[in-house]
Amino acid sequence: MAITAESIRAKLQDALEAQHVEVEDTSGGCGQAFEAVIVSTQFQGLPLLKRHRLVNTALEDELKAIHAFSQKTYTPEQWTKIQEKAA
Amino acid sequence: MASLLLRHAARAAFNVARPRMVTAPFVRCYALAPEVKQRIDDMVQNNKLFVFMKGTPEAPMCGFSRAVVQVLELHGMDPLDLQTANVLEDDSIRNGIKEYSDWPTIPQVYVNGEFVGGCDLMIQMHQSGELVDLLKGIGHTSPYADVQGDGGSSTDGNKA
Repeated sequence: MAITAESIRAKLQDALEAQHVEVEDTSGGCGQAFEAVIVSTQFQGLPLLKRHRLVNTALEDELKAIHAFSQKTYTPEQWTKIQEKAA
Repeated sequence: MASLLLRHAARAAFNVARPRMVTAPFVRCYALAPEVKQRIDDMVQNNKLFVFMKGTPEAPMCGFSRAVVQVLELHGMDPLDLQTANVLEDDSIRNGIKEYSDWPTIPQVYVNGEFVGGCDLMIQMHQSGELVDLLKGIGHTSPYADVQGDGGSSTDGNKA
């Protein structure tokens, strides 16, 4: 099974019951490096490290195979604030 | 009839003789050797701040490792004074630290013997102001100590 931005997006969506997930292949389509933005209520009350570990667990298999992974994690409230700032 | 039996027997014999491919990924079986664990213990417990990275602070070999060095430098930590391990030069550390921290990627930052995070976390802590506090915990005052962070990603942004 090839690892793609879409396969990662789907897995994160599923595992973290995410409100919003964006995944980008930053390796030029080689499926080797990805960046993700994840918005989920599961992050509420969790310090950063725990959030990242939650994501890492969801992507345990992928992380063993790819070269690089970058993630930004937000609660729905934080995400709304960011959208407002950007608007 | 006889030829059918013969064919079955041959097939059975063939299957037994043929070696099976092991399909479990080799990396899953990596166990942390006591000697490696001891070396990592020494690195993280004998230094207030320790970074496992690719390359060295003077010559990082990866964008994420470079970013960690740069963020720490922004906060007044001289790269030349940073205690680090170059995982590219030591495969047992490169694999061992991932088991030790239960964290799949490099770079990895340890403060006071505790795993703090990788590149993403360092950058987010820099933006939130948490990195200032973290460094204060090892007796270092960051030039950003008086600068207001964005409120922190580990809270729900409810700080005034």
